[in-house]
Amino acid sequence: MSTLEQTASTGHHHGPAKGITRWLYTTNHKDIGTMYLIFSLVMFMVGGCMALTIRAELFQPGLQLIQPEFFNQMTTMHGLIMVFGAVMPAFVGLANWMVPMMVGAPDMALPRMNNWSFWILPFAFSMMLMTLFMEGGGPNFGWTFYAPLSTTYAPPSVTFFIFAVHMMGISSIMGAINIIATIFNLRAPGMTFMKMPLFVWTWLITAFLLIAVMPVLAGVVTMMLMDIHFGTSFFNAAGGGDPVLFQHVFWFFGHPEVYIMILPAFGIVSEIIPTFARKKLFGYTSMVYATSSIAILSFIVWAHHMFTVGMPLIGELFFMFTTMLIAVPTGVKVFNWIATMFRGSMTFETPMLFAVAFVVLFTIGGFSGLMLAIAPVDFQYHDTYFVVAHFHYVLVPGAIFSIMAATYYWLPKWTGNMYNESMGKLHFWLSFIGVNITFFPMHFIGLAGMPRRIPDYALQFADFNMVASVGAFLFGFAQLLFIYNIVCCARGGKKATDRVWEGSHGLEWTLPSPPPYHSFTQPPKVD
Amino acid sequence: MRCNRLALLLSGFVISPAVVAEWEVNLVRGVTEISHAIFDLHMIIFYVCVAIAVVVFGVMLWSIIYHRKSRGAKAHHFHEHLWVEILWTIIPFGILVAMAVPASQTLIQMYDKSEADINIQVTGYQWKWRYQYLGQDIDFFSNLSTPQDQINNEATKGENYLLEVDQPVVIPVGKKVRFLITANDVIHSWWVPALAVKQDAIPGFINEAWTVVDEPGIYRGQCAELCGRDHGFMPVVVDARSEEDYLQWVASQTQAQQAEKAAAEQTWTMEALISKGEEVYKTSCLACHQANGQGIPGAFPGLVNTPLMSGDGLMEHARIVVHGRTGTAMQAFGEQLSDVDLAAVITYERNAWGNDGGMITPQQIKQLKAE
Amino acid sequence: MAEQTSSHRRLIIRLTLSCVLMFGFGFALVPLYDVFCQVTGLNGKVLNNGPLQETVVSDVNRRVKVQLIAVNNGGMPWGFRPSESSLEVHIGEMKQTAYVATNPTDRFMVAQAVPSVAPAEAAQYLRKVNCFCFDRQPLNAKEQREMPLLFVLDDELPVHIKTITLSYTLFDITPEDALAAASGSEEVQL
Repeated sequence: MSTLEQTASTGHHHGPAKGITRWLYTTNHKDIGTMYLIFSLVMFMVGGCMALTIRAELFQPGLQLIQPEFFNQMTTMHGLIMVFGAVMPAFVGLANWMVPMMVGAPDMALPRMNNWSFWILPFAFSMMLMTLFMEGGGPNFGWTFYAPLSTTYAPPSVTFFIFAVHMMGISSIMGAINIIATIFNLRAPGMTFMKMPLFVWTWLITAFLLIAVMPVLAGVVTMMLMDIHFGTSFFNAAGGGDPVLFQHVFWFFGHPEVYIMILPAFGIVSEIIPTFARKKLFGYTSMVYATSSIAILSFIVWAHHMFTVGMPLIGELFFMFTTMLIAVPTGVKVFNWIATMFRGSMTFETPMLFAVAFVVLFTIGGFSGLMLAIAPVDFQYHDTYFVVAHFHYVLVPGAIFSIMAATYYWLPKWTGNMYNESMGKLHFWLSFIGVNITFFPMHFIGLAGMPRRIPDYALQFADFNMVASVGAFLFGFAQLLFIYNIVCCARGGKKATDRVWEGSHGLEWTLPSPPPYHSFTQPPKVD
Repeated sequence: MRCNRLALLLSGFVISPAVVAEWEVNLVRGVTEISHAIFDLHMIIFYVCVAIAVVVFGVMLWSIIYHRKSRGAKAHHFHEHLWVEILWTIIPFGILVAMAVPASQTLIQMYDKSEADINIQVTGYQWKWRYQYLGQDIDFFSNLSTPQDQINNEATKGENYLLEVDQPVVIPVGKKVRFLITANDVIHSWWVPALAVKQDAIPGFINEAWTVVDEPGIYRGQCAELCGRDHGFMPVVVDARSEEDYLQWVASQTQAQQAEKAAAEQTWTMEALISKGEEVYKTSCLACHQANGQGIPGAFPGLVNTPLMSGDGLMEHARIVVHGRTGTAMQAFGEQLSDVDLAAVITYERNAWGNDGGMITPQQIKQLKAE
Repeated sequence: MAEQTSSHRRLIIRLTLSCVLMFGFGFALVPLYDVFCQVTGLNGKVLNNGPLQETVVSDVNRRVKVQLIAVNNGGMPWGFRPSESSLEVHIGEMKQTAYVATNPTDRFMVAQAVPSVAPAEAAQYLRKVNCFCFDRQPLNAKEQREMPLLFVLDDELPVHIKTITLSYTLFDITPEDALAAASGSEEVQL
């Protein structure tokens, strides 16, 4: 058939090899997808422990558990690991599993590259985590690593951080190329672009975003590397450089990056809500256009992260207007999801619970985003806990909830077994309550004036910080249920049917549960 | 009890901004025209968001309750409606335009470049602020004054824990004060919520911000940009006084500087220097070199029993403190501290923690500076 | 089959090329940003625009206050201050002033002064004819020097700007310049 299938079939004609080599050498999209997902779960736990360290220190005013320099390393590593280690690999893992099955392909288009792009990650993150044990400590300049704190004033381990970022960048780019190639070239006959499931669509757009901005991130860390070791002055004012330039280049990457972490989530929710509302997705076409316009707009809003940096008035106005404009397509998406639920016949299994919570809590994050977009008011919000509340609302009950929803939604398909529904629901409710107790009070302390990234705070912020810390531990420990449920489901349980859900739709549900090692050896017919 | 309070807060947040302000869960309204404009803008946007949320979540909740399978709901089969879709693109757009108008007005107001009455240069240092009044002979550093034992939970925390400084920046009310903001090392951000002024301090570049404070009072803020280890420990305190009081303060500053000069001339005993030096050490050195003088291995050198602390190291020690050490975190304190303070802290370091390194006089420091 | 292989190949080549292009674009942002700053005066960044070419119409009735500020960057031990802290300048008038730098240490050092202007929008109208910030400034141990600054305010300066603050931040660039230091204190063009 295709080159990829030949590659796969020459080695293991009748399914996977045994033992460790299966995982080391595998070119199978399901194996690689599984590895991505497990890796991201591990990273989610590591990053989560760092978050709990932060929240434990912030439980009370005063320094109790850790010193400020370690606190800064924790905030930095928590951010980097959650963004690059947990959320992004989880979405790539989901894409690996689902995209070939959704477009009717036997495997990913470039299976060897697929193996590569996964196996880079454990090395990149081992290197990143190892910096914590080096002299001078790990990166302590925040996940946004603003120069000159991250160049002239950085600990020596910054070089390893830069190489780790390079490696994960290469991994992401290879993953993106693979996904684009699969979607462009391996769709089943009759599967036109406007018939593709929304998850595939949002991932296609995300992959293009990755190709566009990951090289810019690579560029900016390369410039840092040159500034630190080769005496250039990109960001050093002494040699004619400019620290603000760093922020411009970083956020030129950083803002699309934010959408890289949320667009696939939109796709997942757009798959799940119709299934459990037993009704076709409302406004498919406008969803596609809304996603594309969000992606395009994401390139011209970056400086809204820098309203206080001293931009001229015209710049402030431009970036304020473009940022506000993003609310329009985002609103369209939310309205579409609600219209899909409206007059449906809804049931609330765990995936649906997470998807509904996503819509509500992501929208709250959207509202605070709109407030932050208003430049004059942002002078008060900027770099406070209000911002922390905002982006955690879009990333935790946003991106992370969508990943959990996807896991519960497709887990029966992946393993062939049903997960434990009551445990899933318990996990949902604990997570939902935990997330809100953690992040909602952060709006208040932010407005009251608590800056972000501080290890100790004034007394008027004490009550809400305590509440937030309690919520964080609740949310953190609730995730043990998630792991337990997944492990049990992988080991056995009630057999799942092929369709799994009553309202399921799309090619992946026409395959048996679990699906065969090579998904569609004969391309399915799509009408 | 905390639960009740939380519930109260949550309900208060929606009901009345006055209640909200009291419980400190909302933005401060502040004491300047700009801060009022920003606060009003904030509340408008907040209420617009609440209104949209009520409608959107209302519809959603209604369908969740009534359109569930368990209630026998049958799925309808519509999945497109051109007019509805156009409408819910245009209406939000209209709302946004309506919000952009007052937002732009406030922003233009903030960018007013008219003449200022007083110009103050604000420089961010790791981890303190320096204030220089242009055209006047006033120049001082503003350090965190919260004692280390409160931070380490060995003493009860004061009312203004972490928001108090040894010397606040004093400005007159009713006058336009222009802040010229820059930094000495990394990026900091000078923020006072009550004035609605937040401006990044960037090394090598100068940013400006201005304010006209309406009411006298003490307004507290913090550094808002991660600037390294003690980012959370460099507060900003603005003391706004009536013009009369302000002028008095300016006069007293000049006097204080003369007194300082006089102090530098007088003869100091070693004991007097050591006890004064201990105070200076706490505000200027302790953050890095630690209370026990051991520093932090790998980051900041220790000061206990090193060759520098022995008798011969005296002048080298003084030189490092006065001129700093290029390429390290050790700053040049020659500009930051008076001759007396420098002599005191050097003498203190040379005689604390079992060191026995002799003393240095303010006169020697003066000589060293002039060399 | 073969068709698919070649379409894969074409796609990979294109996507890889776009990656390389975007990597280059990241670097291209550096000069683009400088051009952008020059046009908009963003960040108050003053590019060393060198001697003035065009003639400026002078206007003795318009006076602008120019404040001069000196900042030492971290660890810079030099004494550094403007000889006059504030000037009244007519539009179009060639104005001469100076900064005084002292090297109090007992070793040779080299510094670079970085200019910045507030308000940023005034940056492009402040034309420097001669400035010590054009060159690196070497000072021997204990040496003091007056460093000249010659500038003109362009007549297109917006009318609402009544005060301009010109700041210089002094950076220690001795370590990077160790070779030049060894071979004597010749001035190096930046």
